Amino acid sequence: MSARDAILGKVRRSLAAGAEDAQRRSAVAARLSDHPRGVVPKRGHLPKDERIALFEEQAVKANATVAHVAGYGDLPEAVSSFLRDKNLPAAVRMGADPRLASAPWAGQKTLEIHHGASDGEDASGVSHAFAGIAETGTLALTSGQDNPTTVNFLPENHIVVVAASDVLPDLETVWQNLRAARGTTGMPRTVNLVTGPSRSGDIEQVLLLGAHGPRALHIVIVDEA
Amino acid sequence: MQLTTDRFKQNAAEALADANIQRAMRNVEGGFIDKRVAAISRLPEFDALRDNARDIKNHVLTNLDLYLETYERNVTAAGGKVHWAETGDDACAAILEICRKAGARIVTKGKSMVTEEIGLNDYLAKRDITPVETDLGEYIIQLRGEHPSHIIAPAVHVNRDQVESDFRRVHTQFDPNRDLTEPVSLLGEAREVLRQKYFEADVGITGANFLVAETGTSVIVTNEGNGDLTQTLGKVHIVVASIEKIVPTLEDTAQILRVLARSATGQDMSVYTTFSTGPRRPDDPDGPTEYHVVLLDNGRSSMLGTEYQEMLRCIRCGACMNHCPVYHAIGGHAYGSVYPGPMGAVLTPSLNGIEKTGQLPNASTFCGRCEEVCPMRIPLPKMMRHWREREFERHLEPQSARYGLGVWAFFARRPKLYRRAVSFAAPLLARLGGSKHRLASLPLAGGWTRYRDLPAPEGRTFLDQWSERQAKAARRAK
Repeated sequence: MSARDAILGKVRRSLAAGAEDAQRRSAVAARLSDHPRGVVPKRGHLPKDERIALFEEQAVKANATVAHVAGYGDLPEAVSSFLRDKNLPAAVRMGADPRLASAPWAGQKTLEIHHGASDGEDASGVSHAFAGIAETGTLALTSGQDNPTTVNFLPENHIVVVAASDVLPDLETVWQNLRAARGTTGMPRTVNLVTGPSRSGDIEQVLLLGAHGPRALHIVIVDEA
Repeated sequence: MQLTTDRFKQNAAEALADANIQRAMRNVEGGFIDKRVAAISRLPEFDALRDNARDIKNHVLTNLDLYLETYERNVTAAGGKVHWAETGDDACAAILEICRKAGARIVTKGKSMVTEEIGLNDYLAKRDITPVETDLGEYIIQLRGEHPSHIIAPAVHVNRDQVESDFRRVHTQFDPNRDLTEPVSLLGEAREVLRQKYFEADVGITGANFLVAETGTSVIVTNEGNGDLTQTLGKVHIVVASIEKIVPTLEDTAQILRVLARSATGQDMSVYTTFSTGPRRPDDPDGPTEYHVVLLDNGRSSMLGTEYQEMLRCIRCGACMNHCPVYHAIGGHAYGSVYPGPMGAVLTPSLNGIEKTGQLPNASTFCGRCEEVCPMRIPLPKMMRHWREREFERHLEPQSARYGLGVWAFFARRPKLYRRAVSFAAPLLARLGGSKHRLASLPLAGGWTRYRDLPAPEGRTFLDQWSERQAKAARRAK
């Protein structure tokens, strides 16, 4: 007997499963197809402006910094000024996200743009989030050519762009939008939920920022998008 | 790891006398408890979420076979492969085979208690594959040749100066005169050393906080980002998880996540919550080219349908040990098992048998705080009592304990005799207690009174006072 059959057999025997199997099957099928939401906290359910303010407040509490731009036209200047303020090299790594690509990067004469996955040599990376979560100040990032996962973790400074209209009340709404966006293609390889920069409390429970991932997380909210 | 639960009393005595452990344990009492309270006080729905989290897991457990089948189907559909393992050795063998096929010499590891349970690091190291722990706490204890003393803060028993001397001993590539007095410089050094390892490793191994049946997704929750680098930069990602980690849907995961981080570290959300589904897609620029899940039973299927089934709801947040007075006093290593604290006192006998582990369910004051703070509402004290009963039934405790219980049972079954004995003993003990109302020693109870005084009875028994009060009430009613 295979290990699979042995384990499933033991589980069934322990549960004394058998007669009511049809009932169990339909309960499981219903849960999978309905994916009920359960208890969703009220905290994030606010009108748009207040929701974005809550997102910002929660992200700052998680040690992220936040800036606003009116549209993608202003994004390159916002990125440049973040790098300047932190005395960082004028270079960023980013994927092929069309919203990022639509920004007038050529206007930033000294800013070098590297495309594709990060090899660990980049000081700063730029990603576009799929969504923001107001309840917790969390960013949801999906993997792929548009936003390579390595950009989220290898550069010491991570700049994440999020459209104001994608700042959602809660994680449940992110799943709803992701299901709608992906249709039958299912989950992307990776969904990263990111709340603030990397940290560790493993030495005497003292909180230190910048463990293995980015030391700084800078969020740029695009107000008119 | 080698179980040393049978040495619990000796381990505990040593831990109580160990100044380093005693100093480090104060960080548990100070840190986790206040942060948790602050986090849950900001979320009015917290208790309702606990109820729902409990219900979700109960639903999963009663349908576990069906969800496991669904999960496997969806992992396969996403291009991953599920390996079923009945025992820890089977799991290790499956992992080794994947590593060998990938030609792996070095594997990086995200923090995973289940790989501790199966003894994976020793297993791989004996077969010329070097496992590198990348979580800072796990890295520190790997350098020290130790095991985690806490399920989410593995190096909580280690003090800063000890970390410094370990780093100086092992990181000989750096200037011996460097300044490592600040924790941040220790973190920086570990980051630099481990950053290289992610790129050198062929295989990255992580655990899973959840396995989502609906999508065939594994979920890890971390603060450092080490788990993500581990699973993104290796050619092969291996997830090791036990069968009860299943949750039905993404929405269900969102529910349990809300109670997990708050109960563990007092954060609303951990920094990184990562949902991984299968290997790199055709147009992905990064990520592993192979995705494997090793699904471990190791005794869990036998817990289903028993009084210990509810233990399988555990999400490994560590709140029970953070609030346990016994854990505070002795730290995690004294338990001599992979899982310390109250959750370990229930789980370890289930996985390893009560014969060897009977000390653990007895290492409790039954104060009930573990159950009070458990986000999954697991009745830990009740289950520890069940284990004590099993132990008694099987004559596993020492003769003296059985004899004592026998004497107690004799009186408890004879209420009249009991009352007479107590009304004789209570005033006597009260007189012996003197003006301090304390007894510093008692015959047959030297082990107990060696460390504390017994408060002397006030002189009259509860039953006396009760009947007097009843009589008074009856007189008033007339």
